[in-house]
Amino acid sequence: MANRQLLIDSKKIHVILHRLANQLIEKHLNFSDTVLIGLQPRGIDLANRIKKILEEDYQIKNIPLGYLDITFFRDDFRRNEKPLAANQTHIEFLVENKRVVFIDDVLYTGRSIRAALTAIQSFGRPSGIELLTLIDRRFSRHLPIQPDYVGCQVDAINTEKVLVMWQEKDGEDAVYLVEK
Amino acid sequence: MSELSTNHLLGIKYLNSEDIELIFKTADQFKEVINRPIKKVPSLRDITIANLFFENSTRTKLSFELAEKRLSADVINFSAASSSVKKGETLIDTVNNILSMKVDMVVMRHPNAGAGVFLSQHVNAAIINAGDGAHEHPTQALLDCYSIKQKYGDLKGLNVVIVGDILHSRVALSNIFALQKLGANVKVCGPATLLPKHIESLGVGIEPNLIKALEWCDVANMLRVQNERMNMSFFPSTREYVLQYGLNKKILDALPKRITIMHPGPINRGVEITSDVADSKQSIILEQVENGVAIRMAAIYLLAAKIKHK
Repeated sequence: MANRQLLIDSKKIHVILHRLANQLIEKHLNFSDTVLIGLQPRGIDLANRIKKILEEDYQIKNIPLGYLDITFFRDDFRRNEKPLAANQTHIEFLVENKRVVFIDDVLYTGRSIRAALTAIQSFGRPSGIELLTLIDRRFSRHLPIQPDYVGCQVDAINTEKVLVMWQEKDGEDAVYLVEK
Repeated sequence: MSELSTNHLLGIKYLNSEDIELIFKTADQFKEVINRPIKKVPSLRDITIANLFFENSTRTKLSFELAEKRLSADVINFSAASSSVKKGETLIDTVNNILSMKVDMVVMRHPNAGAGVFLSQHVNAAIINAGDGAHEHPTQALLDCYSIKQKYGDLKGLNVVIVGDILHSRVALSNIFALQKLGANVKVCGPATLLPKHIESLGVGIEPNLIKALEWCDVANMLRVQNERMNMSFFPSTREYVLQYGLNKKILDALPKRITIMHPGPINRGVEITSDVADSKQSIILEQVENGVAIRMAAIYLLAAKIKHK
């Protein structure tokens, strides 16, 4: 890949993920009423990691984890050159009266989160929704949406893309800044 | 690939296998949507769809309307029986009048073959053919193949027999095209009077004997005898048809393997299949109906994606 710059290496990602897990524990303690929702496509890897850390390193078992695809709830349908392919939604529980934590890799314009806020209502009325994101591109927001848990803030311009790679899928844990 | 190669769904003939796979993949996601507590997505909230039914329909019309509403499209319905068509208005005039009310997509069933193709050349809207005469019924074939795929994982190499009134059936032709594009082997079975001439030129086998056909196949699609399209006698009596081509539990249980039974509906119980076959564990007739909504949502969604935003 031409012109990419390493922002965060695997060692630092490891530290960040543990910090995020700890912040979740601080707020949710035993997770009795909490469900994790990874946003398709790239948020699910982060969601799986967070769940794994909570289970293996902090012995918090049986946290419900679902995957939510927001393709059909996007606000840019028919405004793109090519339609976006939908991914699988897999939520085997209701979120009625649950504390939902959305998990996504990069928070950019906030439009995906806006769509996710609508989409999750198909599964009930949660008592509250929070947002956890690995990367917050803080100066690029189109909507008044802010994360509750942030791995790292990145200031990038619109012609750049922040790419999060995961060991399971891409062969390494890393965050890159890429010229579009 | 995430885009259809066509702007209309006029027949399976005009789709390639990638299009069909894309519709199936999208239908997977919609099938999950229609099993949620709230079964609706807002994707098509700025799209208006007209359902024009120049011929009677119950399940296809309901299925399309439900699919459209689950996608949040605005829907208007029209049936020829209660319209100005009776006063002599032409098809293009009727449709253009409806389109001037700012309609983006037309779902049409028409008694004449090629009505959808004709309309697509003359009006400015995405057209979905919901059955044109004895020509094609693409969404039915898509949902049939999708239902088979769901059961067997893949259609490649599967043997599928279509039994009954092939001559008057748009379901048969669309199914033949779709099954072949997905790699299945197709045979047709029925009285010689109900098989179109030169059907073998489509690459399908002919098996006049029902038992032999069933022994060969993995899946049997039992078509309805379309009494309303028969302006002459194609077989001596219904009883004789049942004796030769009716599928009952005794025949089914005597087969060497457990085949899957399909039927596009509406069923003439006791004619093409008996009730105990239709309601047996080997029948996937009700799965077909459920899949119909998901498949139609997928087709409408993918076609709507190609309508430029104004």
